[in-house]
Amino acid sequence: MFLRVSLYISSVIFLLGLIYKVAGWFRYRIGIGAGEILTSTRIFSAIKGILSTLFSAKILTLLKVLVLDVLLQIRILREDFLRWVMHIFIYGGFMLLLLMHALDKTITVALWKNYYPTVNPFIFLRDLFGAMVLVGVLIAIYRRFILKVPRMFSNAMDIYAILIVAIVMFSGIFLEATKMVAYSDYKRMVDEYSGLSDPQELKSLEAYWVKEFGVVSPNLKGPFDEALLQKGMELNQSSCESCHARPQWAFVGYGAAKIIHPAGLGIDRARLPSVFWYIHVLACLVGLAYLPFSKMFHIFASPVSLLADGAVGKEKLTPANRATLQAMELDACTHCGTCSLRCSVIMAFEEIANRNIFPSEKIASLQALASGKKLSPQELRHIQEGVYLCSNCYRCTVVCPAGINLQDLWFSVRETLLQKGYPEVLVLSPLSFYRGLMKEETVPRDYEKPLIQAREAIAARCDLMKRKDKVLPLTSTNRQLQSGLNLSAQAKTFSACFGCQTCTNVCPVVGNYENPQEALGLLPHQIMHAAGLGLRDLAFGSNMLWDCLTCYQCQEQCPQGVHVTDVLYELKNLAVKRVMEETLQPVERK
Amino acid sequence: MMEFALFLGCTIPARLNQYESSSRAVLKKLGVGLVDVREFNCCGYPLRNIDFKVFLLSSARNLALAEKKNLDVMTLCQCCYGSLKKADFLMKENASLKKEVNTTLAKEGLKYEGRSEVKHLLSVLHKDIGTEAIKEKMSTAFKGLKIATHYGCHALRPSQVVGFDNPLAPTLFDELVEATGAESVEWQMKLECCGAPLWGVNDRLSMDLTLKKLKDGRKSGADYICAACPYCHIQFDKVQKMILSQRNVNHPLPSILYTQLLGLSMGVGKKALGLEMNEIPIGGIVELLKKEKELAQEKALAEQKEGKKEAVSTKR
Repeated sequence: MFLRVSLYISSVIFLLGLIYKVAGWFRYRIGIGAGEILTSTRIFSAIKGILSTLFSAKILTLLKVLVLDVLLQIRILREDFLRWVMHIFIYGGFMLLLLMHALDKTITVALWKNYYPTVNPFIFLRDLFGAMVLVGVLIAIYRRFILKVPRMFSNAMDIYAILIVAIVMFSGIFLEATKMVAYSDYKRMVDEYSGLSDPQELKSLEAYWVKEFGVVSPNLKGPFDEALLQKGMELNQSSCESCHARPQWAFVGYGAAKIIHPAGLGIDRARLPSVFWYIHVLACLVGLAYLPFSKMFHIFASPVSLLADGAVGKEKLTPANRATLQAMELDACTHCGTCSLRCSVIMAFEEIANRNIFPSEKIASLQALASGKKLSPQELRHIQEGVYLCSNCYRCTVVCPAGINLQDLWFSVRETLLQKGYPEVLVLSPLSFYRGLMKEETVPRDYEKPLIQAREAIAARCDLMKRKDKVLPLTSTNRQLQSGLNLSAQAKTFSACFGCQTCTNVCPVVGNYENPQEALGLLPHQIMHAAGLGLRDLAFGSNMLWDCLTCYQCQEQCPQGVHVTDVLYELKNLAVKRVMEETLQPVERK
Repeated sequence: MMEFALFLGCTIPARLNQYESSSRAVLKKLGVGLVDVREFNCCGYPLRNIDFKVFLLSSARNLALAEKKNLDVMTLCQCCYGSLKKADFLMKENASLKKEVNTTLAKEGLKYEGRSEVKHLLSVLHKDIGTEAIKEKMSTAFKGLKIATHYGCHALRPSQVVGFDNPLAPTLFDELVEATGAESVEWQMKLECCGAPLWGVNDRLSMDLTLKKLKDGRKSGADYICAACPYCHIQFDKVQKMILSQRNVNHPLPSILYTQLLGLSMGVGKKALGLEMNEIPIGGIVELLKKEKELAQEKALAEQKEGKKEAVSTKR
């Protein structure tokens, strides 16, 4: 009764959760253009897309993906052998346990007419599958907490996932072990199945089980004489063996039983087998009910993502399907950290304490973003910085074992975030080269906005630049600026400038304009002066700084050995730092 | 055998596969061994505007990884080259900077000591292999092909740091281009920037600079512009294509990667060359390769001469 009711409850929660999550794939809005597409359009588009894929030659690709990527998980194997063993053991073992142990009364019975959980091979297989999961869980714990795989972060969901599997497994093993030592369980089996009633016979059978199978009996203790055991063995053969193999076959449970053997009587008296049964069943049911809301949901979403990835390939999706795919992909992430391990810009985290730099951590933020959670401007800017701080090398996408097109996700989210109006100074770096190449994918009228915003955000802090007359008060010199230009010791050379203007004359950017000062503000030689005088605002506020090609013509030709380009680099660094410090609080670094 | 850790950077594997495949094919023919180091990260170039330390750490980590394998580094990208060189230079010059970097690298069990040299593909081809050895491996040569050779800023400058070639009058790349039988034309804007660093930052300016350069290349009579850097090439290829449609310019100056040019004269297979992967078509260049017949004739002629020489020498 208890089992039935709780099974129903948890199944209902599970199903509702499943529906809720899958509905989210069509409801959540993330990326360019997703905001304007109706949910119903997305559902229809998806169905159309799926049907046209199923009835095309692509079905073969899908089958290949299903076997190689979903079942055999070749993508994980390609990355890391130990991880593959871990995952295949947990997933393989658990699936087999689910089918042959949890659902034995429906599935196993249907396949094998003579199924009985206590006979071979089933008694052995159950423990073998259990052992597989156990080994997998131990590897998982080892990887996360002992080996400390670089840039693999453990969040609450990861710990929950390991914990729930571990609880299910250990409670199962101890349920089995406590039953092996518990006298009342032995007694119940004898009463129900042996058909023996002669006290002498019962005694010899009991002696045999105590001696051979580790039952802890309150009545009998060894050593037993040979004749008694011999009789017990015969009785075991005739009355038990046909439906109960030697408990040793359940090798994991038997091993555990050996360990708890000395406490056997107490265990039985406290009815620990029932306690473990409740723990085991409840853990399974909690796991089931919570599955759609946990990391474990990847059991459904990752195969969908892998199949979708295989079906889509390099094709261009309709905006509706792209939006749906991207919402679904957020659920497919298992937080395995492969992307962060292979990420190209990892070193940025050493200086810029924003976890969103790492692809695996970005996903969590994007999940919050997509679900429409109210995020503070601070949080939004951190996500924005994280998604922009990316060299677009595609490595995360190539290695993702769940087949998530992370690159496209970043691009998509980047564009929507940039339009929220928070200035992002990173756009003024060559990181934007990719955005330029993808120009046709962006919304044309929005393309320039972030670039203008970033320049404005920097210029807004440079009051001196706003003066028309450029009559400067003497007090505005900033000694800090001069001492601040010390990152590489190269920039210090600005003080040697004697104003010959060679740098400005050879600059291809300056040469591009009829009236360069109007377009660029201060010109290179003037910026060197400004740095020399400590006029921070003038140096920072000039467009010249951000329009510098870093072609090093100026530096190469300077007769005084001023590292003009390097000075410009450092001024840019300082300007960025200033804007960041004044507008964005650093996040707590872990 | 010569062996290098191949530093591909971010752009080539993501957006310019033909550069990787043609380079690998050419280098294989020349007997250069390449080791792939999966742990390599971005060189830090795109982040130099933002944070000097991030740039330095990124480059230093790569150098430390190469050092761990006792390998010199070969880059195919001018910007990666410039960044790695710069970081190497700074840390060799400044012990406290090096120490600071090493404290961070130590977290991963890495250490930078400055034992690995950073080289660009072009300097490996020119200095370590040499144009003569390259010519020996060629199966055919170009005839009547005019190339506008584009060096790329970060290979040449700052010369104090990179020491690639004479920064004001370089010849290294021209000689490599001419080794294929092509003519490397003289043009005024040869050493100017391609415009890529500003693409996506200030598109109008970037387009102005790129167009000016390409116009000058065309004026000099070049059939193709040739680069050995992913940024420069993409700027001259994909971005040029975008500019053409936006600014109503009709005559493009198509860009060919140096390894594609060299590969053609070495008889590298079509698949590795990936000519069709360039956005502005360059397939026509194949027409300018000497035909087998011509080659056979030339060879026969040369042998005749040799024969005569030998005959003369035996007479003596």
